Amino acid sequence: MNLKGLTIKKAMESMTSGEFTSEELTQAYLANIKERNGELNAYLSIFEDALEEAKKVDQMRAKGKKLGPLAGIPMAIKDAFMVKGREVRAASKVLQGHIATYDATAVRKLREAGAILLGMTNMDEFAMGASSENSAYGPVRNPVDTLRVPGGSSGGSAAAVAGGLALGAIGSDTGCSVRLPASFCGVVGLKPTYGAISRHGLIAMASSLDHVGPITNTVGDAEILFDVMKGIDPLDSTSVESSGEAGKVDNGEIIIGVPMDLPTDGVDPRVLANLKESVVRLEKLGYKTKEISLPNIRYAIPSYYIICPAEVSANMARFDGMRYGLHVDGDNLLGDYKRSRYAGFGKEVRRRIILGTYVLSAGYYDAYYYQATRVRELIRQDFARAFESVNAIVMPTTPGPAFKIGTKSKRSPLEMYVEDIFTAPTNHTGSPAISVPSGFVEEEGKQLPLGLQIIAPHLREDVLFSIGKRFLGEE
Amino acid sequence: MADLARIDMPDNELEELRGQLDDILGYVSEVQKADVSNVPATIVPELRNVFREDAEPHRGGAFTEAILSNAPSTENGFLKVKKIIEK
Repeated sequence: MNLKGLTIKKAMESMTSGEFTSEELTQAYLANIKERNGELNAYLSIFEDALEEAKKVDQMRAKGKKLGPLAGIPMAIKDAFMVKGREVRAASKVLQGHIATYDATAVRKLREAGAILLGMTNMDEFAMGASSENSAYGPVRNPVDTLRVPGGSSGGSAAAVAGGLALGAIGSDTGCSVRLPASFCGVVGLKPTYGAISRHGLIAMASSLDHVGPITNTVGDAEILFDVMKGIDPLDSTSVESSGEAGKVDNGEIIIGVPMDLPTDGVDPRVLANLKESVVRLEKLGYKTKEISLPNIRYAIPSYYIICPAEVSANMARFDGMRYGLHVDGDNLLGDYKRSRYAGFGKEVRRRIILGTYVLSAGYYDAYYYQATRVRELIRQDFARAFESVNAIVMPTTPGPAFKIGTKSKRSPLEMYVEDIFTAPTNHTGSPAISVPSGFVEEEGKQLPLGLQIIAPHLREDVLFSIGKRFLGEE
Repeated sequence: MADLARIDMPDNELEELRGQLDDILGYVSEVQKADVSNVPATIVPELRNVFREDAEPHRGGAFTEAILSNAPSTENGFLKVKKIIEK
């Protein structure tokens, strides 16, 4: 079976018309996983019973039963989501052997829609990273060029979709973690509005910044997965109901804002050139464009690396070696905590916990955490002001193409942090944003993908889907 | 700070971390340059009640076995930890 160019939409049509079965489709993905996962390290575990699940869907389809919108679609789940009865580790040693006791809401909704779960995908430990090198189970490799990172933290999910190891995947995005790996791997990644998809059952990193989102081959597929997973959830008090505005976009009236004050320090000039080309492409499609100003997004990374570690230090407190996870004996109870946490957490996780403890501590709280939350409000106001005159905003997804494994992780942690420069602003604001492939740069004979990021006002994912589809020439 | 965060860090790693944290704190201190004089001291978003009615409890013990099977040490359905109060 040729999986190249296959989409969720096409696969659903082919299974409905009897061109192929879910069992055949699932078998094809499992064969690809067998062939390529040793090199890519995209999956941490494979669900051997996926074929059985696929057969069940085929039988129901043969009987003419009413099926869900993903009936028989093979999908990958980031190792940060609870999947009942499976080992879920957030790519950390601290959760080795941890068996989830329930399904995350996003996972439950995928299952109910008929998706076939193939396995758990590799990631930066507890989603802390932008390269998927911080996994306790080895780095993920980019299917476009296996010497390079796939981006992170949902690198396994992006590599699985780009490498033909899953037809769709889900990830989580706290500062870049769905959009950046999608951009590095040449696929589509959506970070919806804060709360639009429930986070119940997602292992929390920084709760005011965490989002759940799909990674897919096309914008149309991202829309299908978003529609399946979205909605208010009594188990997540921050979840919100989608506005149901989809389909109401009038393309004639769309004005796209182009920020004139984007940070350029450390940004590859080819990325800025690619943005210009993308803006011309959008204008040719009939969109009006307008220069806008977001003066405070230059503070997005500094405030992010205060707020995020602060919340990390609180969320990671639950890993104490008592109720679940790794336990290392110390001299007393406190010794148990301290030794378990040192042994269980990797370097970046420990760094963020200690940094977060510092910025929240008495005497430093006002200068760091409190100031950062007020700066966050400035960024929110920037976007709110911009959306008074435009329907969407475009900017690059990343400051450069995928880099080589080991190049940034070996240097200062700051080098990795600035990878979030274009993506973190919308984690602060909660606005929906999508990354779509926008071209390539050539390096050492490889075509490395770049991404265009499209941002819309809260709950207007429909605007992203509409512009994204036209930009990619879908339908 | 490592003590406050309850992580038993060896001295050589503390040394490396100290340098990194200085770099990071130097960088994030940029936020102090932002003019926040027009931002209210406290920001309270729109509030809504997110609590469910206190009803329909699940059967006692329905999840105990699955949850405890993830615990490092248990005894008779309880988590087993070191004693806290020394004599």
